[in-house]
Amino acid sequence: MTYAKPAFRHPDAKTNDVGCTRRDYEGGLSTLCAGCGHDSISAAIIDACYELSIEPHRVAKLSGIGCSSKTPAYFLSGSHSFNSVHGRMPSVATGANLANRDLIYIGVSGDGDTASIGMGQFAHVMRRNLNMTYIVENNGCYGLTKGQDSATMDTDSVSKKGDINPYTPIDLVRVGIEVGATFVGRSFSGDKAQLVPLIKAAISHRGFALLDVISPCVTFNNHQGSTKSYASFREHNESMPVDFVPRREAITTSYDAGVVHEVCMHDGSVLRLQKVNEEYDIEDAQSALDAIAHHAKEERILTGLLYINRDSEELHDVLQTAGKPLNTLSQRELCPGSRFLDSINAGLR
Amino acid sequence: MQPKQSINDFVIKFANVNGTGSASANGMFAKAIFRMGIPVSPRNIFPSNIQGLPTWYEVRISRDGYLGRRGGIDMMVSVNPQSFAKDVGEVEPGGYMLYDSTKPLDLRHVRRDINYLGIPLTEMCLREYTDSRQRQLFKNVIYVGALAALLNIDFSILKDLVGEQFKGKEKLITPNIHALEMGHQYATTHFQCPLGIHLKAGEQTPKHIQEFDQILMDGNTAAALGAVYAGATVAAWYPITPSTSVVDAFEKYCRRLRIDPGTGKKNYAIVQAEDELSAMGMVIGANWNGARAFTATSGPGVSLMSEFLGLAYFAEVPAVLVDVQRAGPSTGMPTRTQQSDILAAAYASHGDTKHLLFFPATPAECFSMTVEAFDLAERLQTPVIIMSDLDLGMNEWMSPPLEFDDNYRYDRGKVFSGEDLEAMTERFGRYLDVDGDGIPYRTYPGAHPTKGAYFTRGSSRDEYAAYTEDGDVYVRNMDRLLKKFETAKSLVPEAKIKPAAEPTKDALLFFGTTASPAYEALETLEKEGIHLDTLRLRSFPFTQEVEDFIEAHDRIFVIEQNRDGQMRRLLLNETNVEANAKLISVVEYDGLPVTARKIASVIRGAMGINNVTPLVPKEKELAS
Repeated sequence: MTYAKPAFRHPDAKTNDVGCTRRDYEGGLSTLCAGCGHDSISAAIIDACYELSIEPHRVAKLSGIGCSSKTPAYFLSGSHSFNSVHGRMPSVATGANLANRDLIYIGVSGDGDTASIGMGQFAHVMRRNLNMTYIVENNGCYGLTKGQDSATMDTDSVSKKGDINPYTPIDLVRVGIEVGATFVGRSFSGDKAQLVPLIKAAISHRGFALLDVISPCVTFNNHQGSTKSYASFREHNESMPVDFVPRREAITTSYDAGVVHEVCMHDGSVLRLQKVNEEYDIEDAQSALDAIAHHAKEERILTGLLYINRDSEELHDVLQTAGKPLNTLSQRELCPGSRFLDSINAGLR
Repeated sequence: MQPKQSINDFVIKFANVNGTGSASANGMFAKAIFRMGIPVSPRNIFPSNIQGLPTWYEVRISRDGYLGRRGGIDMMVSVNPQSFAKDVGEVEPGGYMLYDSTKPLDLRHVRRDINYLGIPLTEMCLREYTDSRQRQLFKNVIYVGALAALLNIDFSILKDLVGEQFKGKEKLITPNIHALEMGHQYATTHFQCPLGIHLKAGEQTPKHIQEFDQILMDGNTAAALGAVYAGATVAAWYPITPSTSVVDAFEKYCRRLRIDPGTGKKNYAIVQAEDELSAMGMVIGANWNGARAFTATSGPGVSLMSEFLGLAYFAEVPAVLVDVQRAGPSTGMPTRTQQSDILAAAYASHGDTKHLLFFPATPAECFSMTVEAFDLAERLQTPVIIMSDLDLGMNEWMSPPLEFDDNYRYDRGKVFSGEDLEAMTERFGRYLDVDGDGIPYRTYPGAHPTKGAYFTRGSSRDEYAAYTEDGDVYVRNMDRLLKKFETAKSLVPEAKIKPAAEPTKDALLFFGTTASPAYEALETLEKEGIHLDTLRLRSFPFTQEVEDFIEAHDRIFVIEQNRDGQMRRLLLNETNVEANAKLISVVEYDGLPVTARKIASVIRGAMGINNVTPLVPKEKELAS
């Protein structure tokens, strides 16, 4: 890199409840292509963490391999980060979370990392309801290897080379709802107004929060005929606005029209959602699946919070692990000592 | 033919059908002999199947305290018609064949040189019991009762064992003792008891057995206890024979020892992963975050974990893996033993990768080496693989008692705490070689509000963990990793060297479960005037003493249980001595533990003592 981010900080920059400015949530300079949707998602994560007043060092960032998985370098430089191997971030996140349940875990993955090489781990981390936020930066193609279709690419979408995709796409949100994710949202990198509150809600959710964020690849998948281009997505997006109201804050936003639904989160914060119709119950998995399918049939892509289960047991509840993080237990607490070993020996004679 | 005569020195094999409850009866037989103070080593030779296939249990009784397989069978207890023809052929001349005489013997399989002991087991059970399951189960107990008379087992010990086995299910005690008595009575009325081969309590045992108040336990349970004592809090695994009982035992002990008294919650977490890739990923994630975590697997799992092992090596994350080896390649023989993962484990993953290996030879070492593995994994920030095998892991071995020094403190390695970071004035460099030993300092996530955060990655990075494609920086890092591997040589368990009674230029080199039969073969050969120094390898990387040992000898027989002489190859690869012509492979890879007889005969052959064909053709032995 030939230039660096200036170290200068405006003396009057606003600080949040933990005394951090927005700059404290930034990371290194992005090396992604200019206009890449992923950079907008990084910016949304920065906004969400700043606005939630999360201490950066209480976050652990995890990713797999691919363009998306590079992005943890571009936000929250004050957090530890683990850029693991292709498609295997869920298992690393699971181990990390088991070791210390007190941190906030944010995973970033892509459609190749999640829906192809990592499909197995992706499914299993959801059925275990690991307490984490899992963001898929979904552009329908492999960027670093020059634009091959991914498994989320829609049937009949045209690649940059002109090939028509013959395969059925994997719809991540439907998979998520089916296998046990307890918070499932879909959004668009170009819709900050929807994405930032969704990320805030996902982080506040206790359990596995999946965010499938359509994030066009400006280099390989933003042409006419692609269903994952900015233009195509804007045309087909059926957006359900989301407003996230942190705990103890007055609700100020008001919706002009539509059906407003309030969801009280585990930590006391409130999600205000505008739904597309009254019949759709986002706390009912089948209702959510029906709504997604119904829209897909009409070539509309439903975005917003699609499904939430507020009363689920996350992995630590299921395993009944102690409240004190396992990585803080001392030898005195863990090692039974020689006297117990004597009794073991006695039992083996 | 004169029936075999031997006191406290014979091999008895049980031929059963799996899933018929023979395992507990056979286990009771071996344990009773152990309680009589007579050295015994039982082995399960079982199929990869749940019910209906032949399974064997081979018990060696050795007054000299030899615990490896001897080779040859002195008495066969045959309760499986499927394998009768094969079983009868294995009995040594003069030996005994105890069989179910409910149906007449198939005359095609009658040998004149062995002694038949018929007991109508099926008929006795049909008469005594109405329930079909009982009819099957008590057959096993009846023959144990008969063996008590035939071999002179202390009947009161058997009664005690029944009491212990059915503690909490007391109503089962009386019928089991009754079945034992039925067998005992049948034997005393129909045969001359005891037989020529029999047991005698109170005989002198060798010094190494006398030295300790021996225990009888399997290596997998010992390794699991090692993980408990080492303070492992996270175990992630995928079920695979023969390693499954490691995590099963870990869970059993954790349930007993790791429940928080105040809340009833667990101070541990065990996850059955979706596959071995995920299991190793979880272990790495937990270790990265400052918990001690481990997994257990076998060869196929090692293949799948290779990708993650490479990440842990390169990103410098501790991990402990217990590899209970079985016969490969691929699915191979899942329920047979081998030492054939040596190279796959040493170099697991692509690129220039090397891993620490430990080679336990006894349950006591499975315990102590597992404890040590956690220290070294954290000290060196790298995976440590404990190379056990099916024979050690799943069979019960007489072993010195497990020991733990209460003054010992965990070595958590080079970790900067929040306070350390607070006091630091210089910039934290995750991959800086501060101390010159190749080992950098790490921090746990969340340790400090503004210092110590870094980016862990499997891609090339500089000393401050920033991504780089600069060749010089990459080389500097790779060389530091090599330096760290050199540092490991001063920390790993040292090899055990035992000089021969007389000076010699010949030597035996072995490791793991090959040790027992190797030491036995050595004593046999010594009596014949063949003297060999021995070296028992206990770890990789190889320490200086291993190189010196190779240097000091002209001919070193490397005994191992795989086809390709993998340890020999690793020695050639990883030592700086000219050893190609010196190291001679002695291999056994039929899936059964190598026997002392085979080792001794190969050495004799190689020495030109008698005309015995080596286990592998000569030209292959010497090929590099």
